[in-house]
Amino acid sequence: MKNDYQQIDPKTLPMPAPSHPPAPRGGDQEERQPQEQRRKARRKWQVFPGRNRFFCDGRIILARKSGVLPLTLGLILVTSGLFFVFDCPFLVQHLTMCVPVIGGVLFVFVLITLLQTTLTDPGILPRATPDEAADIEKQIDESRNGGYQSPPRTREVEINGQVVKLKYCPTCKMFRPPRTSHCRVCDNCVERFDHHCPWVGNCVGKRNYRFFYFFIVSLSFHTAFIFGCVTTHLALMIQEHETSFSHMDLELVVCFFSVWSIVGLSGFHTYLVASNRTTNEDIKGSWSGKSGGEPVTNPYSHRNICKNCCSILCGPMPPSLIDRRGFLPEDECVQTGDGGDIELPVLTTKNEINMVGKHPCLPLHPAV
Amino acid sequence: MWFHNLQELRHSASLANKVFIQRDYSEGTTCKFQTKFPSELETRIERSLFEDTVKTLNNYYAEAEKIGGQSYLEGCLACATAYLIFLCMETRYEKVLKKIAKYIQEQNEKIYAPRGLLITDPIERGMRVIEISIYEDRGSSGSSSSSSSVSGSTTR
Repeated sequence: MKNDYQQIDPKTLPMPAPSHPPAPRGGDQEERQPQEQRRKARRKWQVFPGRNRFFCDGRIILARKSGVLPLTLGLILVTSGLFFVFDCPFLVQHLTMCVPVIGGVLFVFVLITLLQTTLTDPGILPRATPDEAADIEKQIDESRNGGYQSPPRTREVEINGQVVKLKYCPTCKMFRPPRTSHCRVCDNCVERFDHHCPWVGNCVGKRNYRFFYFFIVSLSFHTAFIFGCVTTHLALMIQEHETSFSHMDLELVVCFFSVWSIVGLSGFHTYLVASNRTTNEDIKGSWSGKSGGEPVTNPYSHRNICKNCCSILCGPMPPSLIDRRGFLPEDECVQTGDGGDIELPVLTTKNEINMVGKHPCLPLHPAV
Repeated sequence: MWFHNLQELRHSASLANKVFIQRDYSEGTTCKFQTKFPSELETRIERSLFEDTVKTLNNYYAEAEKIGGQSYLEGCLACATAYLIFLCMETRYEKVLKKIAKYIQEQNEKIYAPRGLLITDPIERGMRVIEISIYEDRGSSGSSSSSSSVSGSTTR
């Protein structure tokens, strides 16, 4: 049975030759061995359809609109700078050496988690290939012709006993997996989409939610710590009848307003983490209320606060799916854009496939 | 057997169709693929072989996403180092992805290519689908009864 292939006329579909392995990495150099009539091999980030910017030859990803990230950085650096320059010497003298040490540790943690949140791929889903998009269109047409009365371009799945509707994304040309949402700012579908945060200039999603959470928690501690230290400094100076504390005004004002908003935000996200919800779901009220007379429950929750927290914050780090640094095959297999070509799988022999990809369509290093 | 290895598949075959195995979300957002046997493969491969492949892949993904002692340790260590450790350490997920790539390569060589089929690693499709390409022998003459879905997948 398995040898009865349907024979077709010899086609002239060109079979792509195996792609040449990339030249050794050299910083931002992209030059490859020159081919006679071929373009230089390009990396996938160069044809990425979303609104993102890439640096260091695709190693670093940023949303195109950085929002108020410069303001966030500026506030953190200026306030912390003033604290270290003016308050620390005084408090070291009058209190303890631990003040700048604790302040320093918190400051470093805040900066690193902020950069991680901003520069990490939040869980962007690559757009459907033309073949996949065509297959989905065919299935949609078939279900419509079958007389099934569900709204067009939605699919219902049952997840842990709860019916969830999957919507079709017209930009990415696929049915969005559960908890995935399309960010209008970045023009990407993001897995486990929480929200697009202008303060960090990036979406917060499956891959960088833990960085975001630790950023706001550490920032709460940091601002509260600075606020406490500056207040102590002020109190001690008033005791010593000193009057020149103009720099402290700025620190106090920034910290006072930050503490309330950031601590509040940390509290809100702690609730979300404990109940395994996203900001998006909470705002839409996806898991509260009723649907068809039955109360809806969150099907993703592990029903245990500890387990929810651990799975979100300490769970395995999923890989980046967009393979920014992978090479495009020489026949330029572009993702669904404006009528792409047929994407033929590039065949390579056993010797050419190396686990961490000399193959252009395998991720070179699915990290960050 | 028309195709003995991937080399021959490349030289003497042409792509006829593609089948997409979708994700199974019944247990949540963890990576799992449906084991339903597509009708297009009925004449090409035994159901049991196909199901074995998909089940093994599902097991690999479950192993990668397992929440347990080792993943907590990795997570806590990463948090303590402000996640800088990810710059120099390969995560468990990445290690499993390499195993998956090797497994798919083996399956293609031993089982699928001899039957004129080729599995594409789901990581290349955003972990959304397992794409199985169906090839026809290019060299033989015969009636031009290409399946209708070929025209559906041509350039728009």
